[in-house]
Amino acid sequence: MSDCHDCDGCAVAVAPPPLHKGARTHVVAIIGPPNSGKSTLFNRLTGLRQKVANFPGVTVEQRVGKAKTNGKTAHHGEVVLVDLPGVYSLNPRSEDEQVTRDVLAGNMPGIPKPDALLLILDCTNLGRHLVLAAPILSLKLPTLVILNMADDLKSRGGHVDTAELANELGSPVALISAAKGQGVEKVFQFMEGTSAGTTSLAPPRIELPILQDIPRCRQWAHDVGTGAAYRAPAPPIWTRRLDSVFLHPIAGPLIFLLVVAGVFQTIFTGAKPLMDGLQAVIQTSGQWIEHILPPSIFRSLLVDGIWSGVGAVIVFLPQILLLFLFIGILEDSGYLARAALIADRTMSKFGLQGKSFIPLISAYACAVPAIMATRTIENKRDRLATILIAPFMTCSARLPVYTLIIAGFIADRPLLGRFFGMQAGALLGLYVLGFVAAIATARLLKSSILRSERVPFVLEMPPYRWPTLRSLGLRLIDRSKVFLRRAGTVILLVIVVLWVLENLPVKNGQPPEIEHSFAGMIGHAVEPVIKPLGFNWKIGIGLVSSIAARETIVGTLGTIYGKEGTSESEGLRNALRSDLTPGGAVALLVFFAFAMQCMSTIAVVRRETGGWKWPAIQFAYMTFLAYVCALITNQIVRSGIFT
Amino acid sequence: MLQMSVNSGSSAVPNGAPARTLAQLPEGEAGVLDHLDLPDDIARRLMELGFLPGHIIVPARSAPGGEPRVYRVDGSEVALRRETASRLILRPSEESR
Repeated sequence: MSDCHDCDGCAVAVAPPPLHKGARTHVVAIIGPPNSGKSTLFNRLTGLRQKVANFPGVTVEQRVGKAKTNGKTAHHGEVVLVDLPGVYSLNPRSEDEQVTRDVLAGNMPGIPKPDALLLILDCTNLGRHLVLAAPILSLKLPTLVILNMADDLKSRGGHVDTAELANELGSPVALISAAKGQGVEKVFQFMEGTSAGTTSLAPPRIELPILQDIPRCRQWAHDVGTGAAYRAPAPPIWTRRLDSVFLHPIAGPLIFLLVVAGVFQTIFTGAKPLMDGLQAVIQTSGQWIEHILPPSIFRSLLVDGIWSGVGAVIVFLPQILLLFLFIGILEDSGYLARAALIADRTMSKFGLQGKSFIPLISAYACAVPAIMATRTIENKRDRLATILIAPFMTCSARLPVYTLIIAGFIADRPLLGRFFGMQAGALLGLYVLGFVAAIATARLLKSSILRSERVPFVLEMPPYRWPTLRSLGLRLIDRSKVFLRRAGTVILLVIVVLWVLENLPVKNGQPPEIEHSFAGMIGHAVEPVIKPLGFNWKIGIGLVSSIAARETIVGTLGTIYGKEGTSESEGLRNALRSDLTPGGAVALLVFFAFAMQCMSTIAVVRRETGGWKWPAIQFAYMTFLAYVCALITNQIVRSGIFT
Repeated sequence: MLQMSVNSGSSAVPNGAPARTLAQLPEGEAGVLDHLDLPDDIARRLMELGFLPGHIIVPARSAPGGEPRVYRVDGSEVALRRETASRLILRPSEESR
């Protein structure tokens, strides 16, 4: 960034300074307070030409896209849009504000200093939102002030004189509805103007306030609004009516429970046919590839390694899409804020907050979408705590392991009546165990490394709105891309490494018996460490292979014992029963309840926290906890207290 | 609407009447914020959301159990926990003088 560091020299620059690179890119940043419709506008302007990443080293999401300019202008450079986090001010108190400041000042690595800004404000609440205009306009960059939710303003009887407002602020003003696409052409015109260098800057007619003084800034915004004949709209009647139901003392919690049960049921059982279908497609296509390729070690790598391994991850796609469809509807409609409000009291007892509830519930299906869903939590510490405890929730990948061991080692004697036996009790116990570990860890985190400086719980209640298909669709495509890209990179790599461990060293051109493979050697090598838990070297191999995904251990044990590798396999159960002590079996269940045996989760935590630090801490903590608890379990069962 | 200059710095309550906090304000009754008894950082965050001295705040519905509660302030609705609302001190109401 060689050009123009502090824009003193180009305060009234007509053309934004060109970047030093050959092809000239015009960078436009979108900035606005939370709930101003910033992301909706970003989606409108970019469509599918966007990508999501994290700003380097922080948990703040970075969305960059190319504007769909129709190329009418003679100018050939493209317009790159940067979506900044929602902020009320530029005072750097949170990560979001720091990131916003850094990008606007051109100090963010990888992102050139913006040439122009789109300031988006909710015009149904212009008095408060205009406060952000003061620090933004003082940057003296070409800025379009976008008044969003024009349709709401009109239907609720509000008014604003945009020409007068533009006069006062010295910047063009566009009244639009990003959700409905009304007036968006004005935004495109502005970007074409700034990228062609035909937009001029006028100094604001009304003097900008001192930025640190919030009451003064608010008074300034009020004066500007009054000058532009702003009339605030009537309160949203439908939102009040709906809140009288959704926040009703009795109906509210009931609806909340129904919604939660619906989400849970859908991601857990509703996704099953889709997942089974996908599984069948992956298997059949794998067999087909096996059929057309000549037998070789590479066919084995391709089919048994890559195809089935990546397939095992992709199988979770329907579940992830369904969950994000639900979360999209809940968030866009405004209900998510109400659900968070209702759940907050309970969650606060565990040191968390209302917005952690939906992600944690989702983690019962799979920790990966749950961790991605924590993006709705604005408070970074609460979000991190939720990410760190989510993998303790009993995800569906643990079930095959639980089913196999419980069926093999726990007699199905009635425990509480005829329908609730020992086996069901054991399964329920494992769910409870994971939940207890999660809340204990949450309390531990919030009283130690994540002790926040008492950041108050603040939750804005947006008005209810109909979710748009467009926004839901873009969200699903975005999440699928993130998930599939990960399946294609980190996970692929781990799968290849595991396959190599299980199929090398080659003896006489044949892959070795699993006992003599590298994986087997590792199994033997770790046996002294896992012996106190009641595990032998075979379980050791299973644990190594289950790092790919928990359920993999079932198939691996099947291979080792030469039995059918499914959780319903009678042969495998019997083989395990004769090879493993009851103590070892129960310890294995406990180990799986706690250990972070899932590289997809590790990969998603790395992505969402912006580095390896947190996944490393989390993996170490969960493995340590799993080891110690499995050790204690084995010793207790062996000592025969329960027999 | 904003009466900043009149009031800034009047944290003492006249007539020795106990200061009322936002948490004590009944649902649907309007109160005027006097000051925020919170560390500067947190106070600024709330001020950005409209909890400014001199602004009118109306408590609306709450979650079951009475908290957090939604407050109508400066054209929007914001939910706060009781621990936060009890640090927002209201001006003594007119009739109590």
